[in-house]
Amino acid sequence: MPVAATKDYVGVPRDVAANFHGKQLVYVSWDRHLLFAAPFLLCVPPEMSFREMVDGPLAMLFQPDPDAAAIDWTQVEWLKSNQPWTPDFNRSLADNGIAHKDQIRLRTPGLNSLLPAA
Amino acid sequence: MDMKASKKKLGLKERYRLMTRDLGWETTYQPKDKVFPYVGYEGIRIHDWDKWEDPFRLTMDSYWKYQAEKERKFYAIIDAHAQNNGHLNLTDARYLSALKIFLQAISPGEYAAHKGFARVGREFPGVGTQVACQMQAIDEIRHAQTQIHAMSNYNRYYNGFHAFADTRDRIWYTSVARSFFDDAMSAGPFEFMIAIGFSFEYVLTNLLFVPFMSGAAYNGDMATVTFGFSAQSDEARHMTLGLECIKFMLEQDPANVPIVQGWIDKWFWRGFRVLGLVSTMMDYMLPKRVMSWREAWNIYGVENGGALFKDLARYGIRPPKGWDDAEQAIDHMSHQFMLGLYQWSFGTAFHSWIPSDDDMDWLSAKYPDTFDKYYRPRWDHIKKLAAAGTPFKNYGLAKLCQTCQLPTVFTEPDDPTLTCHRETAYKGEKYHFCSDGCQHIFENEPEKYIQAWLPMPQLFQDPVKGDLGEWMKWVSLLDGKDNGDYAGSEDQKNFEAWRGLATTNQ
Repeated sequence: MPVAATKDYVGVPRDVAANFHGKQLVYVSWDRHLLFAAPFLLCVPPEMSFREMVDGPLAMLFQPDPDAAAIDWTQVEWLKSNQPWTPDFNRSLADNGIAHKDQIRLRTPGLNSLLPAA
Repeated sequence: MDMKASKKKLGLKERYRLMTRDLGWETTYQPKDKVFPYVGYEGIRIHDWDKWEDPFRLTMDSYWKYQAEKERKFYAIIDAHAQNNGHLNLTDARYLSALKIFLQAISPGEYAAHKGFARVGREFPGVGTQVACQMQAIDEIRHAQTQIHAMSNYNRYYNGFHAFADTRDRIWYTSVARSFFDDAMSAGPFEFMIAIGFSFEYVLTNLLFVPFMSGAAYNGDMATVTFGFSAQSDEARHMTLGLECIKFMLEQDPANVPIVQGWIDKWFWRGFRVLGLVSTMMDYMLPKRVMSWREAWNIYGVENGGALFKDLARYGIRPPKGWDDAEQAIDHMSHQFMLGLYQWSFGTAFHSWIPSDDDMDWLSAKYPDTFDKYYRPRWDHIKKLAAAGTPFKNYGLAKLCQTCQLPTVFTEPDDPTLTCHRETAYKGEKYHFCSDGCQHIFENEPEKYIQAWLPMPQLFQDPVKGDLGEWMKWVSLLDGKDNGDYAGSEDQKNFEAWRGLATTNQ
C-alpha cells in the first residue's frame, strides 16, 4: 500500500550496498543455538571466500558455544533466504550468490548442548 | 463618583464554553480546508466536530493552576531527595540500569509526544480536540523535564546518565523508541492519535508506568516515585483523550472503522515491541521486584485490554491482529532481551549482569514452563564462562528488525528454540524482520520503512566505518564506566563504599 500523503511519497533506503565502502552486510545464524541472542551481522568484502568467512569471523563468534568445537563443516546443512542451499567453500561470497543483506542459516543436527531434552 | 458595579461571576458552564468552545470561529479570509489542510488525507470522515466529548472540562486557566501546584510539590521533594542523600537509599545500584534505559529511551519519547500533540492540536479543526491536545502537549514536555530533573541527582554519583541526549540520538537500543515516535509523528493527525493517544497511552501505558513507578517505590527511589505522582493525574487525562478520540472516529462514520482497525493492529504491535524492554526491567533489573512481567501482562494486558476490546466490539472493532502472538511471547521475551543485553553490554550505557542463584529461582517460580527449560541452561553456561575468566561477549553485533529496530532476538511463536527469520524484498533491496507483525507493518507502507536508520548497519557506514572505539566516542559512551557487567563496575564499587559509610562504622 502507498503511504497516505498529501503529495508523492518516495523513500530513500539508508542501507544500500554503496554505503559500505566496498563491503557488504551478511547475516548469519546458527539454528537452535540461542546462546547467541540474535543472528550475527557481518560486514565483509564480497571477494572473501566462503571458507574465509567460516574460518575467520564465524569460528571466532561461535567459539563461546559448547558445541562450537564439534561442528563438522562437511555435514552442516545450509539455508539462504530460508531455503536449502549449498555453498562452495572455495568460491567468494559474490560467486556463491550471497548478496548484500542476505541471511545465511546453518543447521547442525545432533549438536544441542544448551537445548532442552526433547 | 460612580458606584462600582460588581461584575457578575461566570457560572462553571458559561466559563467552560467561553474558555474552550467559543475559541472556534468560522474563518473568513481563507476557506476552512486551507486552514486545516491535513485533516482529510488519511481518509477519516468527520461530520460534526462538536460531537467531541471533553469529560474533564478543564480550562486552560485552571490547568495552569493545578500544574503549578504539582510542580511546587514535586520540586520540594526532589530537593529533599538530593539533600538527604537519596542516591544511597536504593536497594541496590543495579536498579539504576532500569532508570538509565528510561532516561535514554522513554524521556525523549515524552518530548517527542509533546511535539506530536502540539502539531495535531494545530491540525485538528475541532476546538475540544485542540484544547485537549494543547494540554497534553504541555503535559508531555513537563514530563520530559521533570523526569530529567528527577534523575539528574543520580548523575552526580553514577555513570550512564551523563549523555542521555547523545545516547538518544545515536546509541543502538534507543532507536527502538525513537523510531516508534518518529513513525507516529510522520503520520497524519488521526493516525498519531491512535498511535500515541490510544495505543500507547490507553492500551499499553499501564504496563509501563505502573510497574515502573511501583518498582521505584519498592527500590527506594523517591525521586522517580515523586515524578510518578506528579504525572498520574495527567495520565488519567491522556487515557481519556485517547479513548474519546477513538470513539469519536468510530461514531462519526462507518467508513472510518477499517482504517482505525488497521492502525490499532499496527500500533498495538509497535507498542508491544517498544515496551518489551519493560519486561526485562521487571524480571531482571529491579533488585526488589514488584511482580513478574507475566503477572503484569495478565492484569494490564489480558484483563484490562480484553475488557477494552470487548467494549469496542460494538463499533465493529476486534482485538489487534498481533494479540495472540503477544500472548505467546510473554513467557519468553524478558529472558531473550536480558541474554542479549548481557552479551552486548560492551555497547550499552547501562549495566547488565548474570542473574544470581536467588534471581534464577525467582524466575523459575514465575515462569515455571519456560525458564528452567530454555533459559537457565544458557545462564548456567554464561556463568561458567565468567568463572573461567572468559566472560561471554558477543562482538558479532546483531541483525535488527527493519520495522521495530530491535535486535531480532525473538523466536517462532510456536517454537522457542528457533529464531524467527522473516525477510522480504522491495525494489531490489532485502529487508529483515523480527516477527510477522513487524513484516506486515512494513509491507503496508514499505516506502516509509525503507528509510529506517538502523544503528547496527549504520556503525559500518560513515562516519564510524566499523571502528568500535570511534563508535563509543560518537555515542558518548565511556568505555569501562558506563558499559559492561555490573559486577566489578564503578557503580557497584561506589554504591557499596558510600552505603558502607552510611550504615557501618568502618
